[in-house]
Amino acid sequence: MVREDKPAPAPAPSPEVARLRVPRYRRLRRNSVLVTSLVALFPLLILTVFNYLQDQEAYKAESRFAVSRVLSNTKRTLEFVIEERRSALSLIINERPCEDLCSDEDLKNILKNLTHSFGGFIDLGLVDSEGIQEFYAGPYDLKGVNYKNQDWFHEVILRGSYVSDVFLGYRDIPHFVIALKNEREDGSIFILRATIDMELVNREIYSLDMDRETDAFIINHKGVLQTASLIYGNVLDTVNFDVPAHFRGREVVEERGGGINWAMFGYVYINNSQFILVTIKRQMTPFKHWLSRRSDVVWFLGVSITLVLLLIFYFTTNLVKQLRDADLKRAKAFHNVEYTNKMATIGRMAAGVAHEINNPLAIINEKAGLLKDLATFTEDFPKKEKTAKLVDSILNSVERCSKVTRRLLGFARRMDVPQELIDMKNLLEEVVSFQTTEVATRNIAINYDISEDLPTIESDRGQLQQVFLNIINNAIAAVPDGGHIDISIVRPSDNIFDVIIKDNGAGISKENLEHIFEPFFSTKGEFGTGLGLSITHDIVERLGGKIAVKSEFGKGTVFTITIPQKRVEIGG
Amino acid sequence: MYKFRVLLIDDEEELVSALVERLSYRDIDSEFALTGPEGIDKMRQSVFDVVVLDLKLPGMDGTEVLSRIKKEHPDIPVLMITGHGSVANGQEEIPAQAFDFLSKPINLEDLIKKMQEAIDSG
Repeated sequence: MVREDKPAPAPAPSPEVARLRVPRYRRLRRNSVLVTSLVALFPLLILTVFNYLQDQEAYKAESRFAVSRVLSNTKRTLEFVIEERRSALSLIINERPCEDLCSDEDLKNILKNLTHSFGGFIDLGLVDSEGIQEFYAGPYDLKGVNYKNQDWFHEVILRGSYVSDVFLGYRDIPHFVIALKNEREDGSIFILRATIDMELVNREIYSLDMDRETDAFIINHKGVLQTASLIYGNVLDTVNFDVPAHFRGREVVEERGGGINWAMFGYVYINNSQFILVTIKRQMTPFKHWLSRRSDVVWFLGVSITLVLLLIFYFTTNLVKQLRDADLKRAKAFHNVEYTNKMATIGRMAAGVAHEINNPLAIINEKAGLLKDLATFTEDFPKKEKTAKLVDSILNSVERCSKVTRRLLGFARRMDVPQELIDMKNLLEEVVSFQTTEVATRNIAINYDISEDLPTIESDRGQLQQVFLNIINNAIAAVPDGGHIDISIVRPSDNIFDVIIKDNGAGISKENLEHIFEPFFSTKGEFGTGLGLSITHDIVERLGGKIAVKSEFGKGTVFTITIPQKRVEIGG
Repeated sequence: MYKFRVLLIDDEEELVSALVERLSYRDIDSEFALTGPEGIDKMRQSVFDVVVLDLKLPGMDGTEVLSRIKKEHPDIPVLMITGHGSVANGQEEIPAQAFDFLSKPINLEDLIKKMQEAIDSG
């Protein structure tokens, strides 16, 4: 058993005291910080989420608008580019007599003029009703080539005019064909076929000067890329999304997740062609985007949260500490009052007992004395010697009884006298005398090494009693049966008394020794209040002294209580 | 031939009667009174060298009796006895007019010594 305070036989501490243990305050602080933080940060977080959602919406609307604008502008331009060339060719085929077209030289001139006026034309050919290219002007040797099996040929025969989708064909560059049908005077049909470099369309798309997140490209109705795409690859690759349905020639913009990051997907069918213009605005994840766009908000949020948390932590810690200190003070005061009351009760009881016992004791004393006198002074008193012996025995017992009552009174007297002359030896013996029974039954030796001519000191007797009672009780609790407690007083100087109380008990471990004077520190588990030594420490300091402890685990403990000869008032 | 005459004022008759007898063995003449007024009365009727007065008395308290005695016989020394183990118990002050005090149970030798001292001091 490690020694600890025990000002009076202590039952389990009151719930009041148990409440004051450290974990409770740690819990209180944690909960306070938690609740306060939640309450303080809740509106901030809600506003942030709100801001985030709003920003999201705004950004989507922006993206939608941007995509929509790209689509409508590009659609117009592309339609114009195609229609312009188709109209030019239509003009040529309808206005010129067939004969004017029926020579390579004529076609060459026309191609030259077209290239000059419009650009984008690669070559020009005149195809007969059998699909044979009769005349040709252009950089390739394609005269006599048979187009009979090509799609565009059938289409133009059927419809009169046709704009093809993109293919590589004999030329191995992406291009598309505009073909127009007319009839000769003899009723046979002929077809004017022009190849348009896809580069023309590419130029229009590149001229949009889009940001890195935006991809614009053209596909045909089968989902084959007509221009290169950032996302889906090169010309004639197939896109991995379903070709969107025709929607009355208007652009459609919708949100899509899919394989790419969050995206705004828009498309529009280009009139009079196989082309579908697609624009995709890719975006980082909404959160990343928000972080980058609203860095001011994020920054503000971070700083606010940190600041709020720091402040809450600081103030709560402070508050809980103050609360604990206040509780502590109250508990100590309560404990002290309890002790004082206890001592006062003992005092009153002792006084009553002393009075009630001393009177009959006095009568016994006098009657026995008288008996002894009779035996002594009467000449022929029978059994004189024996009577004298018996009476002496009675008188001795009376003396013993009166010593007890005197000690009781001496101990309990004057709790409210703050300053008096105290014989330290007497005081210490008195304190020990209250444990006489335990000391005797457990065969504990109490050795005094106190000089007989020690001067008295001037201090508070009641308080000193409490101090020594506490320390000596602890020592008695700590020593094994048959152990010993050495009490000595040395005077390092005339005005200073060192009361040294040494036991050969269990000792105190190093870790415990550091905390021994801290309030609520107890090694007795739920049976100690943890206040005794703390209060003892306070009392000694109040009396102008100090208390020190040395201990070796397993060997014993030495308490040294230093008391000035004359009490020096220190606060409290 | 008695050494001196003493008046014992104490409500415990058993105590004082024994004391009177014991004192007589030691050549001290004594009388006792069981209450304050009785004691004051006895002092008016005869002469005593010293008075031994119990602090706690029924009716008139020892302190009161003391001041009355001192008023009438300022020269007669009074010894107080108390049932408490020590007189300095903070509950009852020993009046300055008393010569000294003794606590119960009384050691007879001490009492005689104190009485002698008191008489000698006068």
